Amino acid sequence: MSTSSFLDKTIEGLNSKGFILEYTTDKYNEHNIVIDAKNALEVVQYLNAELGYNFLVDLTGSHYPDKENQEYQVVFHIQNLIENTRLRFKSNLSKNLMEFPSLTPVFSAANWMERETFDFFGIQFIGHPDLRRILNVDDMDYHPMRKEYALEDETRRDKNDTFFGR
Amino acid sequence: MVKVVDAPEGFEGQGFFATSLDTVIGMARANSLWPLPFATSCCGIEFMATMGANYDLARFGSERMSFSPRQADLLIVAGTISKKLGPVLKQVYDQMAEPKWVLSVGACASSGGIFDTYSVLQGIDHVIPVDVYVPGCPPRPEQIIEGVLKIQHLAKNESLRRRDSDEYRKMLETYNIETT
Amino acid sequence: MSELEVNKKYNVQVSTETIDGEIATLNLGPTHPATHGIFQNVLKVDGERILHAEQTVGYIHRAFEKLAERRPYNQITPITDRLNYCSSPINNLGWHMTVEKLIGAEMPKRVDYMRVIVMELSRIADHLVCNSVIGVDTGALTGFTYMFQEREKIYDLFEEICGARLTTNVGRIGGFDRDFSPEFYSKLKTFLKEFPKNFDEFGSLLERNRIFMDRTIGAGPISAERALNYSFAGPNLRAAGVDYDVRVMKPYSSYQDFDFNIPVGTEGDTYDRFMVRQQEIRESLKIIHQALDNMPSGDYYADIPSFYLPPKEEVYRSMEALIYHFKIVMGETPIPVGEVYHSVEGGNGELGYYLVSDGGRNPYRLHFRRPCFIYYQAYPEMIKGSLLSDAILTMSSMNVIAGELDA
Repeated sequence: MSTSSFLDKTIEGLNSKGFILEYTTDKYNEHNIVIDAKNALEVVQYLNAELGYNFLVDLTGSHYPDKENQEYQVVFHIQNLIENTRLRFKSNLSKNLMEFPSLTPVFSAANWMERETFDFFGIQFIGHPDLRRILNVDDMDYHPMRKEYALEDETRRDKNDTFFGR
Repeated sequence: MVKVVDAPEGFEGQGFFATSLDTVIGMARANSLWPLPFATSCCGIEFMATMGANYDLARFGSERMSFSPRQADLLIVAGTISKKLGPVLKQVYDQMAEPKWVLSVGACASSGGIFDTYSVLQGIDHVIPVDVYVPGCPPRPEQIIEGVLKIQHLAKNESLRRRDSDEYRKMLETYNIETT
Repeated sequence: MSELEVNKKYNVQVSTETIDGEIATLNLGPTHPATHGIFQNVLKVDGERILHAEQTVGYIHRAFEKLAERRPYNQITPITDRLNYCSSPINNLGWHMTVEKLIGAEMPKRVDYMRVIVMELSRIADHLVCNSVIGVDTGALTGFTYMFQEREKIYDLFEEICGARLTTNVGRIGGFDRDFSPEFYSKLKTFLKEFPKNFDEFGSLLERNRIFMDRTIGAGPISAERALNYSFAGPNLRAAGVDYDVRVMKPYSSYQDFDFNIPVGTEGDTYDRFMVRQQEIRESLKIIHQALDNMPSGDYYADIPSFYLPPKEEVYRSMEALIYHFKIVMGETPIPVGEVYHSVEGGNGELGYYLVSDGGRNPYRLHFRRPCFIYYQAYPEMIKGSLLSDAILTMSSMNVIAGELDA
């Protein structure tokens, strides 16, 4: 089976279940599929069980403060190693309801990726076995990758702003 | 070939040699530093190269890596120290017995380097006193050796009473390090 | 008792009996000499046997991703250096390729081949550290001192290319900043002549060494299914028996032109990981030979003046070059809006860059898929029920690099 027909089969299957909100293939030949956050686990379960997507490449988040009701986005790449097909899934989250189902029931690898995304953006992964901060100190009181927070250390004393152009 | 360090200045006669205790102890300390490598990141790899056959830190009497802080004289901090790791570093320093020296290897350990970010400690001298800073990102093994030689120089010329002085105690107190 | 069931195939000589209530907690790390980096593992041990491990990471979290949002594209290369610092050039070139993919730039064949040489050299350097350190952890220091001498020669080659040893910052977006010098070629030829002999000597010390084999076979195994489920990549996944290699599956930088094998293991244990790395070093040498023999002529940079710095003499003479120079240095080059995911086969597996551009001078979002971070979470599962000394071996054979782990 060639890759493109396998891809068609995947898209058809996802469409028949009504999972796809938007599907585009961009100029880099990457396949972007927008899904509803509450379906995410079912999508992944379906892809894994029926279509052999067995490799969770990556899971991360993004913050778009200007998009109303879609301030946060969870992005994950999933790959079928046999057919060599990679898909990128996105789902938008409102800042009022930052919940995304955990993918850990299907992929153990999602565990730390989700913890990292929680640490950076504060997205809650429902059903995650151990949702704690992973990279930052436990008593940190904000999620540093959100756009409103500064990169630099607020407590620094030794660097003079006039010399560093800030 | 065994290379022996030169004897300190002193008065020599038939069957005896007289010199001050300071210089003898200084010589002994300087040439048998036991380093504790606190290697966290990139500089740690360069430190490994320094220990390797080509650069061979052992030539300077420091081949005995002490992984226990209790038996180390020289704390070599090589690599980025984050705020999460800061307390650990301080504890390691606390556990070392006097006299002790600290060598800060690389830009990250010395000043935070290119990582002026929320998670990185902007120089280990916020947590512990540092004797010698080695610049570079990462420094070449030659530079690390130069740093160790500078520490040797300090160890050789240090007064035996320095660690008991009020000045030293006050300096440690500014770092909130308990003195006994 | 059931927890103590040994998942080791060749395990002998160790009693599995336990005395109730005699379970000790052992703190391994964050600065333990055997961990080769800063990670903490709180182990529950029953005698020598590990019942449970609790990991803490993030001790050198340096906020690469946040930092990258504040840097122009050219200035992100030095950050990537510090990801997996055992093989910095792969990270650098992977980042360049990501940006080239975003802007749609085609590289001349010569650039691709030069990149392949640099990347394979750094793969050798990366695997040499890992394998010699496995030797150290089994008590064989000799291999380490031998192989670090060879690594110094690779550093010499890097110095010849870009002037730096470890954090190389090699290449530019759109090619290389300069051509390989004649000294580089002569040094590389000497290296290619001498290295296999010395490397085989190292191999003969360990590969079929009875003590080493007894020590590593069966230590920290993982099955192919579990490894895939944990999104393992690189040598660790291949040791478990899955032949996934980005160089073959999604060829970049003309890897499709080269003839090489993908070594795979069967058991996914420490010995397999060691052997896969050993074989990969030999395959890398093969690739370097092919690249060197078939090196195409042409430019060492692509024709993308708005991204690749013009020669300095031109900047003084021509108006156009001056404008491009200014724009590139100030980070004012127009970047297309879009998002790309590009991955390269790093020293530890699939190193991915997920880049979102909003057309501004800095990336809007840059996420690194760091193979270490993803596979290190399988560590407690791999060492459960094994001996403490095997846990140390497992960690060093997984080649967990703290810089890549914590980003």
